[in-house]
Amino acid sequence: MKNIILIILAIILLIVIVNSLYIIDETEQVIITQFGEPIGEARTNAGLKLKIPFIQQVHRFEKRILQWDGEQNQIPTQDKKFIWVDTFARWRIVEPLLFYQTVRSETFAQSRLDDIIDGITRDIITLNQLIEIVRDTDRDMAFAIEIDFETDYYEEIKTPIMVGRRAIADSIFATAHPLIEQFGIELIDVQIKRVNYIEDVRKEVYERMSSERKQIADRYRSSGQGRAAEILGRMDRDLKQIESEAYRTAQEIMGRADAEATTTYAAAYNRDPDFFEFIRTMDAYRNTINDKNRLIITTDSDFYKFLKKGD
Amino acid sequence: MTVIDLEQKARGLWSNQKRLLLLIIIIIGLLIIIGTGLYTIDPEEVGVIQRFGRYTHTTEPGLRFKIPFGVDRVTKVKVKYVYKEEFGFRTLEVGSAATRYSQRDYSDESLMLTGDLNIADVEWIIQYQINDPLKYLFNVRDVTGTLRNLSESSMRQVVGDHSVDEVIVLNRQEVAYETRMILQQLLDDYETGLEIRTVNLQNVTPPLPVQPAFNEVNAALQEEERIVNEARQKYNQIIPEARGKARQVVEQAEGYAVNRVNRATGEANRFTDVWREYNRARTVTRRRLYLETMEEILQNLDKVYIVDEDQSGILPLLNLEQRGE
Repeated sequence: MKNIILIILAIILLIVIVNSLYIIDETEQVIITQFGEPIGEARTNAGLKLKIPFIQQVHRFEKRILQWDGEQNQIPTQDKKFIWVDTFARWRIVEPLLFYQTVRSETFAQSRLDDIIDGITRDIITLNQLIEIVRDTDRDMAFAIEIDFETDYYEEIKTPIMVGRRAIADSIFATAHPLIEQFGIELIDVQIKRVNYIEDVRKEVYERMSSERKQIADRYRSSGQGRAAEILGRMDRDLKQIESEAYRTAQEIMGRADAEATTTYAAAYNRDPDFFEFIRTMDAYRNTINDKNRLIITTDSDFYKFLKKGD
Repeated sequence: MTVIDLEQKARGLWSNQKRLLLLIIIIIGLLIIIGTGLYTIDPEEVGVIQRFGRYTHTTEPGLRFKIPFGVDRVTKVKVKYVYKEEFGFRTLEVGSAATRYSQRDYSDESLMLTGDLNIADVEWIIQYQINDPLKYLFNVRDVTGTLRNLSESSMRQVVGDHSVDEVIVLNRQEVAYETRMILQQLLDDYETGLEIRTVNLQNVTPPLPVQPAFNEVNAALQEEERIVNEARQKYNQIIPEARGKARQVVEQAEGYAVNRVNRATGEANRFTDVWREYNRARTVTRRRLYLETMEEILQNLDKVYIVDEDQSGILPLLNLEQRGE
């Protein structure tokens, strides 16, 4: 009998002890309420803690950095381009009591963040040009072709960047930060994750990209023809040069030979021009008169004169 | 044997049984404590120990002991393991022969605006390690989700500062490097305890609808090469042939020259020789040469008409002959 009472007492004691102890994890922070009334500051140190059993209740909150991931929003930019903008942010519960009083749970907090950040994102994106949202710096980009200077497109992508992507994200953050403090939340940053064209604009961009590429292709082809023409032109020139040089050299060689021959002939024949004439004429007779010729010759010629007279 | 004896014996037996039972209970108790308190840490891991939720220490690989019954809690963190995240595609299965990829479309991850307001389809991977297990566990909830979001925003920021040509062809390395730098900075700022090992661009292509146009550029490039090569070929065929012909012309001229000079020299020498002889007996030689020539010519002639020097008009003679034929 005595034993049974002892056992019951021990069990009651155990329940009381268990109920007066609680654990705070490294990832948590807690507030203690007594009949709904918050008691003391938030406890952020991890470990085994004491509370008044049954009367006091433990409310746990996340201590780590949390993520807010927004929905994609369709927003027009200042230059009237419709884009999808997808942002995300990091936040942390810094005043658990205030957080508990104003939003109670993470789910509600997320929806407050939706309201605030989405609205501010919309406001700020609308104030900026598309190029400011896409680009971050004034870095000089390299292109496969030169872009036509006269087009609006060139104007647009060569616009000096005044703000830039990160600064836009920062200004969304700076605007949202004070509005979020009231929930006991510290907003840590806002980042622009995705920026995409809406379907219609995307099609236009694809068309522009295609026509740009066709230009490049045409350029390559005509450059090929140009280079080929250059080579063929050089071929013609080289050909003429080679042929004419050969002709010139040949003529010069023959000319020199002719000159030498002439000198040689002259040196020999000048010794006796009269005899030369005679002997050359004899040769000429031999060479020019053949079996198709007929000769009418008189008897007073030197050859036939003896036909008529013997002495 | 008396009743008392029996009683004593029974009491002794009882106390023996009691002792044995106690021993068994203690042994079982110890076994439970040891069994639930022992744990192993694999070589690539460390164990983060929390006592009543509070971090106390980190244990290295090996067989370790902790206080059981929820007092000590171990979280194992793979600090040596290299984790991988894929963007724009998913590997389903890494096979020994071929890796299978998901057929699903992840273009919402991979399509992004470039600095020249074009669109590129960028697939990339990130490899990372947990280099600080405490920061990894205690600073950020959903570290992987955070990493994925930060990786996407970093990549898009970098791609947004490059032209589509740079992203696809010209500056891939630079894009990957800058993304890594920006991403690591963000991860450090928020003390995620992660360290990026690599950012690697995988397939970077133009969006599907403009791919034909991009392929056309490649075709045009090849066509350019082909046209130029054909011209070169023609050049290389015709010019050497022309050089050969040119050499031939020059050689022929040389031949002509040698021939001409030799003939001239020969003829001149012959003349000089004959002339020397002629000088010894001028009249006779001249006459001889004349007669020899005439003799030779007259032999070869078709017909020779010898007419008297007083005969005037030889036409009738010729006519007469023709009529006779």
